[in-house]
Amino acid sequence: MSLATLAFPEPREGILRRVSDVLVRRARLLTLLLLVPPLLWIGLVYLGSLFVFLGQSIFSIDEFSGTIVREPTTATLLELFRPANFDIVLRTVGVAAAVTALCTLLAFPIAYYAARYAGPKVKAGFYLAVMMPLWSSYLVKVYGWKLLLAKEGAIGWFAGKLGLAGALETWLALPVVGGPSLSVSYTGMVLTFTYLWLPFMILPVQAALERVPPNLIEAAGDLGAHPGLVFRTVILPLAMPGVVAGAIFTFSLTLGDYIVPQIIGTSALVLGQAVYTLQGTAGNIPLAAAFSLVPILVMALFLTLARRTGAFDAL
Amino acid sequence: MTRAPLSLKIAALGGLAFLHVPLLFILLYCFTTEEKSYAFPPPGFTLKWFGVVWERADIWAAVGLSLKVAVIATALALVLGTLAAGALARAKFFGREPISLLFVLPIALPGIVTGIALRQAFGLMEIPFSFWTIVLGHATFCIVVVYNNAVARLRRLSPSLIEASMDLGADAFQTFRLVILPNIGTALLAGGMLAFALSFDEVIVTTFTAGQQSTLPIWMLSELIRPRQRPVTNVVAVLVILVTFLPILAAYYLTREGEAVAGSGK
Repeated sequence: MSLATLAFPEPREGILRRVSDVLVRRARLLTLLLLVPPLLWIGLVYLGSLFVFLGQSIFSIDEFSGTIVREPTTATLLELFRPANFDIVLRTVGVAAAVTALCTLLAFPIAYYAARYAGPKVKAGFYLAVMMPLWSSYLVKVYGWKLLLAKEGAIGWFAGKLGLAGALETWLALPVVGGPSLSVSYTGMVLTFTYLWLPFMILPVQAALERVPPNLIEAAGDLGAHPGLVFRTVILPLAMPGVVAGAIFTFSLTLGDYIVPQIIGTSALVLGQAVYTLQGTAGNIPLAAAFSLVPILVMALFLTLARRTGAFDAL
Repeated sequence: MTRAPLSLKIAALGGLAFLHVPLLFILLYCFTTEEKSYAFPPPGFTLKWFGVVWERADIWAAVGLSLKVAVIATALALVLGTLAAGALARAKFFGREPISLLFVLPIALPGIVTGIALRQAFGLMEIPFSFWTIVLGHATFCIVVVYNNAVARLRRLSPSLIEASMDLGADAFQTFRLVILPNIGTALLAGGMLAFALSFDEVIVTTFTAGQQSTLPIWMLSELIRPRQRPVTNVVAVLVILVTFLPILAAYYLTREGEAVAGSGK
């Protein structure tokens, strides 16, 4: 576009111009004016509701009338440490840890191939192939696994055809990971979560791997390290921030979810379900609020640790 | 560069297959004649479920509500997210970091916490559940998507373009309309499309802010917990994939071409 074709608007006179002059001269006022509407929404409506809800964790519930006693107490928070409740916390953290580990395992080869071997075209293809499931509907994805894991479903059928029916039976007979069928076992729940959050692990790991300087790898090779040693001592430590960044997602998303365990998994509650039941049928808002603090605190701890590894640069 | 070892290739392709195969099964089950179970392989194939979905008024009512909510929530998020991005992209002031964290909070915290918190607040203020309570919940977490896209683009936009516009006599509003908006337009469009997809698909916050109303994800959730005609759910699932996928693909191409916008060459 040459300058001659640009039609310059006439400088305006009047009120708009004067308002504009004030805004341009006083950048802070402009910033403030821009911030007010979104801050009113997020700061007042959202943060306000959060405080109202989470703040109730210092109240307790009257056991006879079922009404909330509005006096500060630590009783509700301490209730979290009762064996039945603490089990829920441990179970959920365990599932989240298993999901994170499995995601890392599956994500690494994909990220490694895309970062180190794929040409521009293949890389774009990989990116789309990872983004597509990431953005497809959450419920649809859960539904897909319900189909696959059902007793009469595809996984069972393929296991039978491949002569692995016995192996599947043995696996399901194991304590903890097993169950009557895949769709009502921890195995099914962990698989579904892994599927849901895997793209969140692939993307940061790939970003971290792409930043590993190739000359470091060559130098390690020149100094006599075999590929396995290069991987362990050079590539893996440098990719760690990416893994931690991905783990932030896989871990926190699993901690807060209550839909998947409702559809796939055992009858033992996880955190999200506990909160859901407590605020709903049980009507125990204070304990629900106390339970809600757990994922927030776990994630705050996680994020503090993650900050030290430099995970935030890999996001 | 050396060639990838075969084992790595297999592991990478296997991982990608893991990401896509379940979606293919959903498509396959649209055509099954078996409606009481997920029997594999399907005993027979039929097209009748597409007709059944077409006739079902409850599904189309849910689709309509979801679309309306998504459009309004996206519009609100576009305005508020752009304002926030405009304020925080370049300005440096005390409290900037906590404020930008605040905008990310709605998707950083578990959806169930956001949902119950909003429900409690509605209860406290005696606001009955309505179309607008759903919109309010959705817009809250859609703002961050628009904000992220807009802030990234605004940071790439060279300040000299804005200075040049002002030097040539344009006032702040003209500069916004003629210089800033055309430069961030595709980023806003992309952010808006992602926000739309996010809202159209949202179920966790919605369960707490919808009351008795049924958006499409709420309808699907009830079908997942108590399945009736299973292939009908499959047809709807494929429909949902299409409705959310197309805007996302468009957003991807918009932001990719946006890498080369004017003023980004620094």
